[in-house]
Amino acid sequence: MSELETAPIPRRNMELLLLLLALAVAMAAYYLVGINSDNGLSQEFITQGLFLAGLALVFHVILRIWAKYADPVILPVTVALNGIGLAMIHRIDLAKVSRDNDQAYRQILWTGIAMVVAMVVLWAIRDHRVLRRFTYTALAASVVLLLLPMVPGLGVPINGARIWVRIGSSLSFQPGELAKITLAIFFAGYLSSNRELILLAGKKIGPLQLPRARDLGPMLVAWLVSIGVLVVQRDLGSSILLFGLFMVMIYVATARVSWIVIGMLMLAGGGVFAYFTMGHVTRRIDGWINAFDPDIYYAQGGSRQIVEGLFGMGDGGLLGTGLGNGSPYLVPLANSDMIVAALGEELGLIGLSAIVLLYLILISRGMRAALGSRDAFGKLLATGLSFTLGLQCFVVIGGVTRLIPLTGLTTPFMAAGGSSLLANWIIVAILLLISHNSRRPMQAGLSATAEVATEAPRRQKLTKEAKQ
Amino acid sequence: MNQAIRNTWIAVVLLFVLCLGSLSYVQFFAASDLNNNALNKRQLFREFDLPRGAILVDGKPIAESKPSEGQFKYQRTYTDPELYAFLTGFYSLTNSSTQLESVMNDELTGQSQDQFFDRMINLFSGRANEGASVELTIDGKLQKFVYDLIPDGTRGTIIVSEPKTGNILAMASKPSYDTNLLAVQSSKEAAANMKKLLKVPGLSPYVNPALGNLTAPGSTFKVLDLVAAIESGKYNADTVMKNPAKVTLPGTTTPLGNFFGGNCAAKTEAPLSFIVAQSCNTPFVEISEKLGAEPFEKVTKNFGFGQQLNIPLRVVPSVFPPNLDPAALGQSVIGQRDVKATAMQMNMVAMGIANGGKIMQPNLIKRVIAPDLKVLSETKPKEFATATSKDVADQVTDLMRGPVKSGTAVRAQVPGLDIAAKTGTSQIGGSTLVNSWITGFAPANDPQVAVTIVFEKIDFKTGSSLTSPNLKKILEAVFNQ
Repeated sequence: MSELETAPIPRRNMELLLLLLALAVAMAAYYLVGINSDNGLSQEFITQGLFLAGLALVFHVILRIWAKYADPVILPVTVALNGIGLAMIHRIDLAKVSRDNDQAYRQILWTGIAMVVAMVVLWAIRDHRVLRRFTYTALAASVVLLLLPMVPGLGVPINGARIWVRIGSSLSFQPGELAKITLAIFFAGYLSSNRELILLAGKKIGPLQLPRARDLGPMLVAWLVSIGVLVVQRDLGSSILLFGLFMVMIYVATARVSWIVIGMLMLAGGGVFAYFTMGHVTRRIDGWINAFDPDIYYAQGGSRQIVEGLFGMGDGGLLGTGLGNGSPYLVPLANSDMIVAALGEELGLIGLSAIVLLYLILISRGMRAALGSRDAFGKLLATGLSFTLGLQCFVVIGGVTRLIPLTGLTTPFMAAGGSSLLANWIIVAILLLISHNSRRPMQAGLSATAEVATEAPRRQKLTKEAKQ
Repeated sequence: MNQAIRNTWIAVVLLFVLCLGSLSYVQFFAASDLNNNALNKRQLFREFDLPRGAILVDGKPIAESKPSEGQFKYQRTYTDPELYAFLTGFYSLTNSSTQLESVMNDELTGQSQDQFFDRMINLFSGRANEGASVELTIDGKLQKFVYDLIPDGTRGTIIVSEPKTGNILAMASKPSYDTNLLAVQSSKEAAANMKKLLKVPGLSPYVNPALGNLTAPGSTFKVLDLVAAIESGKYNADTVMKNPAKVTLPGTTTPLGNFFGGNCAAKTEAPLSFIVAQSCNTPFVEISEKLGAEPFEKVTKNFGFGQQLNIPLRVVPSVFPPNLDPAALGQSVIGQRDVKATAMQMNMVAMGIANGGKIMQPNLIKRVIAPDLKVLSETKPKEFATATSKDVADQVTDLMRGPVKSGTAVRAQVPGLDIAAKTGTSQIGGSTLVNSWITGFAPANDPQVAVTIVFEKIDFKTGSSLTSPNLKKILEAVFNQ
């Protein structure tokens, strides 16, 4: 781990510089939307742009105060992604194709809420290891959050999936988005405490060291929760996401490939089962394979959405039509599920690749924080949360480009939707905290030494146990 | 643990490589396939947001794009839609586009070759491509006049053309429809309107009856028989032939008679001029027996049967079946059985005879005008085919004077005007209804216009009261202008 030690330099000025660059990108996107729709410097350019800039700068100041050693790249990248998403949603609003063309306004409000909550998280938690105390509370919270949409009168099915909670007449929320975080906290806590137990050798088949049956417990629970989400809430995307989260965290905790193999087998089993027994999964798969079949294209709930998205991206080609010059509004749900297609159409392959690389940078910085973290809990949490972001990007982009079947997941920070924004900004806050803890000078973290888990002692202990 | 984190990072990188690969495939390698996919309506949607050129008659728009507050920036609007429905066609998102809106799409959207440089300039200046306007050869007043001659509730078509240039001056049909109904932006409304229109008897919004309805031409086909007969050198106006009331078709027991109630019965032997004027059938069976099928196949081909023609609207090829046996030939030469022609084809027959055997390419487009009023292209008269010699054409013209002077088309007479025309009535199997035709031109010695009138599925009396008398009215209208 020593080679990962970075000199404890705050690098806040670097962050400020990158943040200004990110804000310039977001404002430029707004500006382009404005001039290409003949609105010139629109009201939105000024109000929404300044609002985002103000929030981002406050966030930056907060980091200077409470997490001054935090990774300087994470916030600017997130602001850039959020800003481009806002401009795109505003652009689709301008097309006035849906009854509801006030999405950008709502999204900027949610951005404000999400960023303020993220700042509160930074202030309230200060040290991510505090979260470990809430391991089982987080489990309970996860169960409640996942079950909330099933409560009669509270949960509402939207587009076939029952993952929404409606409060009052207009405010709807997807509690499952937050469950990603609480589950990651639970698993990080559980695995960092029980790693040794799980690592105890089971049977060995060829190169694979199988876990003991009773250690398969968490994996089975994870699998059942995912299948449960799929069956009861009809949400394919979340189910893949949650399962991926569990798998990767168990793998990181144990470094055993056997978990991945078992996980994949269970996933395959669940997938085949779902394909043959669940109508909505069957339709998704058929719509994926035969997307261009006119019968399936025109069918209710058929492949129209994905095919229109492909047409849009094909239309954009290498350079794109230019922000505001394409017709991304032809794709159903262009501002949420299909925002990647909208970006691909107007920014082209080059612009969209840049965005994809921004995500990769963000996730890499998260993993960098995990590598640098001095405690197993932090490592697991940072890896789990970063991987979730990565997997979510993959499922969305793979789905939109027809690499894999389309599932209804949101594009982090970009897609219209408050719960997703909130959850992802909280993830960013946690990653910032972990990176701050991993990069700050050692003496500041003396209290943490008890929890520092290094590789060496564990191996000694294991060999001791084996001898006994 | 760190190694596992690094491995996880590598896994994420691999997932992103897959994403980038998949994006590159969609946006680069598969892009042109996607753009050309039949389900892809993006090009169309883009067109609906651009100013589309107008279609002009006498310099006034009959189809134009007006700024709209709806889903798209422009709304296609038709003036006098019923009058021009089969020429303009409609421009619809839901029901696709038809007629000139379809075939002149490149010009109307500014995508034609002639507009290449304008497009290039617009590419750099960032201006939207504006479509060119298309001006028709149609004479608005005449169009209105002939349209009103077709009674509501009948299926009629009238074409007026200039034999010397091929320009079409009027082309109208009924039943017609309001093209605006199909150009509405709401696809639901457009689909509902189309459904309603498809229920109107005799109407297909996709077909221009003058160019797309194939019907038996009846005795107007005899004009072509005359060409074949005179070209053979065995016949002229004075050739006296047998004219029995009935003949038995060669090799069969099927009788074929002269039209009941006509004047043919007056003579059992008559010169060809009398036979043409009274439109007797039986002598033509004799001619067909004498000449065989081959000359008829040649003549019909020379006049355009079986050929693809675009004016630039597509004209459905007319049919004269090959290798007819003598009995079938006997029925075919009087324009029955399997002979099928469009009104446009029979108008071309008249144009060819009128123009001394040379058929000029029928044409609807006078010129294409750029948004800056520069003329992008102007249609020059073009020869379609030399159908027969001037001498034969003149002899046929002379024979065609007969029906108007003293025969089946006397009701077309206009005092002081030299008119050549041939009537036709084709029976419809299993029905008392007929198709009623007339095709001709005037003045016969210096033809200015060729006129073809056809009424489909009409009773004989009504039909004949709508052909010759209307030819008279049209010629009066043209020459008293």
